[in-house]
Amino acid sequence: MAEDKESAEAIVSEVHKKIRAAFDVFDHEFNKTVDVREIGTIIRSLGCFPNEGELHDVIAEIEEEEPTGYIRFEKFLPTMTKVLMERKFRPIPEDLMLQAFEVLDKQKKGHLELEELTKYMTQEGEPFTQEEMEEMLSAAMDPDKNLIFYKDFVSMMTVDDPR
Amino acid sequence: GGCNSTATLLNSMKAAILIQRWYRRYIARLEMRQRYTWNIFQSIEYAGEQDQLQLSSFFSFMLDNFTQLNGNGPDLISHLLDPVVDPWSDRERQTMFEQITVPESYSGPHLTFPLTVSHTNALLSAFKEQQPLHGRYMLQLLHQTKKLLKQMPNVIHLSTPYAKEITICGDLHGRLDDLLLIFYKNGLPSAETPYVFNGDFVDRGKKSVEVIILLFAYQLLYPDHMTLNRGNHEDHIMNLRYGFTKEVMQKYKTHGRDILLLVQDVFSLLPIATVIDNKVLIVHGGISDMTDLYLLSSIERHKVKTDCKPTGTVDPVFPQGQPESPRCRSRGQDHGNTPKKRRHLTRQGSSSSSSSSSLCSPRGSSRLTLCRCLSPSMLSPTDNLQVVDLLWSDPKSQPGCSPNTFRGGGSYFGPDVTRRLLERHGMTLLIRSHECKQEGYEVCHDGQVITIFSASNYYEEGSNRGAYIKLGRELVPRFFQYQVSRNTRKLTLTQRVNVAEGSAVRAVQEKLFSHRSELMAAFQQYDTSNSGCISVSEWALVVESVVRLDLPWRTLRPRLARLAPDGSIDYQSCFEDMGPGQPIPQVTPNLAETLYRYRTDLEIIFNIMDKDHSGQISIEEFRQTWHLFSAHLGVEVDDRAIDELAKSIDFNKDGSIDFNEFLEAFRVVHKLDVKDQQQG
Repeated sequence: MAEDKESAEAIVSEVHKKIRAAFDVFDHEFNKTVDVREIGTIIRSLGCFPNEGELHDVIAEIEEEEPTGYIRFEKFLPTMTKVLMERKFRPIPEDLMLQAFEVLDKQKKGHLELEELTKYMTQEGEPFTQEEMEEMLSAAMDPDKNLIFYKDFVSMMTVDDPR
Repeated sequence: GGCNSTATLLNSMKAAILIQRWYRRYIARLEMRQRYTWNIFQSIEYAGEQDQLQLSSFFSFMLDNFTQLNGNGPDLISHLLDPVVDPWSDRERQTMFEQITVPESYSGPHLTFPLTVSHTNALLSAFKEQQPLHGRYMLQLLHQTKKLLKQMPNVIHLSTPYAKEITICGDLHGRLDDLLLIFYKNGLPSAETPYVFNGDFVDRGKKSVEVIILLFAYQLLYPDHMTLNRGNHEDHIMNLRYGFTKEVMQKYKTHGRDILLLVQDVFSLLPIATVIDNKVLIVHGGISDMTDLYLLSSIERHKVKTDCKPTGTVDPVFPQGQPESPRCRSRGQDHGNTPKKRRHLTRQGSSSSSSSSSLCSPRGSSRLTLCRCLSPSMLSPTDNLQVVDLLWSDPKSQPGCSPNTFRGGGSYFGPDVTRRLLERHGMTLLIRSHECKQEGYEVCHDGQVITIFSASNYYEEGSNRGAYIKLGRELVPRFFQYQVSRNTRKLTLTQRVNVAEGSAVRAVQEKLFSHRSELMAAFQQYDTSNSGCISVSEWALVVESVVRLDLPWRTLRPRLARLAPDGSIDYQSCFEDMGPGQPIPQVTPNLAETLYRYRTDLEIIFNIMDKDHSGQISIEEFRQTWHLFSAHLGVEVDDRAIDELAKSIDFNKDGSIDFNEFLEAFRVVHKLDVKDQQQG
């Protein structure tokens, strides 16, 4: 129906503008290109959580045949639109986050030790760099006790995220 | 059992991945916020630098239209724009300074020349104790510095001393704490610890005076081991706007004017480039595809007093040889070509060697339409451009060279431009400053360009580190970072972003407020149903076109305006957090906004008008200044309203205005945040 088509178009138009706004923040030379290394940040800031592997796939799709180190907006827009419209790489709800921490907290103490968390984050999954680890600890860890009270941590991070 | 532990293992790994992914997403959002916060600060900073075209053109307008406002004699404005050829010879000046008496009550350092280490130590201690240096010594110090600089070439050549390293520092911008921290970490300047300071010593920070006293003193003490490059802020028009002039006038009530005039000469005599071992080029801003080091070595650099254009009115009274100067393309203002009765001034001094030459280009105009304000003794436009390029340019990542429209002067130069220039001169590295970098430094152009910035927390507490470079014989740079902090506790990234962002958002809110009438009018045009709401797109469009700042408005929207239940924007909510400090009933909103928008300029003008630095101006002076200013801006303000305003400001009815209170009355105060915007 005509009405549906119009509202669908309006939605797509809004999505395009959102993508454009995020892209522009990193377009330092005002020439509709961004450094490929910023693509991860841009995508995540639009509310999508690809893991590193998924991110690489997206980049491969939008790069030039001969990679220049830059991504052009014309290539970024259609791919990103699809990602947003299909709700790919969806955000992680707070309670799921809590569950994840609880899985690591084997003894169900309600907190994690510094060494425990560090071990998981730097050795499992898609490991953190030392910098990432330090930054997370500076935000998450109680410096006097060297413990991570993850429940507080998760709530704090979620609050900080106005959408 | 085995099965159990495998299951747990899988779960742990999944959990770990989930946490990693979630955390990275959070950091990405932080980075995004950090980035647009940065954009905000930079945009406002550079937009401000362009706005000073407004200020300097106003000064010329005042000169053209001044009747007997202040009685006789040229005042500081005319001195600053068109300094007279100094009638005193160097020798006479020296004697003059020596005759200034220093009171018994003065407990600060006493300087004699030539300086010794005990003098510089005394200065360091004094400044740490907030003890200022007496005006006489300041004048003498500047005088000696001027003599020294006159002997120096435009381009200084240094060589890395055997087994010692040269330390290179970037912008300091009046941050004494950073300078002291560098000296503490790296050592005081000496034959063992040579330094190069790459410009922008003054403006913005509160201790520009102390910074240059120390830098000049060490230079006099160790002229071979202390090198100072000129930056774009070593320029009296920039200083008018960005705080150095004001700081000098406040700290030196008696001698402020003389100090400023002498500083002007000193700044114009600073060398514009330094070369180390014929391999490393150090300039404040950057280069362009036209940069010619041989030419730069030969020009008369002291003739470039300022890179900023004074004005654009034609004056038939100009002596021969002075062609017409084009209008300065300030924001929408265009002034009639009718010079009124000209005040008999030192304008004739255009044949003097100390006239201002103009360079700054308004946004969008081509580089070649810059300075056409020639006089026989000023630099030719191409020579001027050479200097502007060195002091104002920024590197870009893509090849080519284009005008730096962001700043309004200099170029954007690509890696190919760098490569070509370095090859032509057999050099390997370009070190420059001029741009604030979060880590205090940044390497680009395949390692051929380094940006070094030494003012930590430049935009806001926690916004960035400062850094310096050490360069030894092998010419491999080593970087050292630091951050001056008022807190002993290290801020997390989250906290730093929050603080910086809060500050940036406040700055944007103020911008919106200062354009309130225009914005409301434009919003209402889109609001055909008078609902008080318009779509997000319409809002973004209006704001961008009125405020004229290239910011990510949609991303900022949640911090600036409220959404109505249907997803559209309640545009009135943009102005909610702000309100005037003290309500002044007679004042129309228009006037309040205009005054608020130009408050920095007004402050500067008032400071200059306040000849005896008493903090008071007469109502008459206030009236006239305001009339002039609004006439110049083309702002329609009722004469009666101004008079009413003047009377109402004069709270104790004694015929004079404490203009600090006046400014306070118009200072917009956040309802939620009464904290003063004072920085240490």
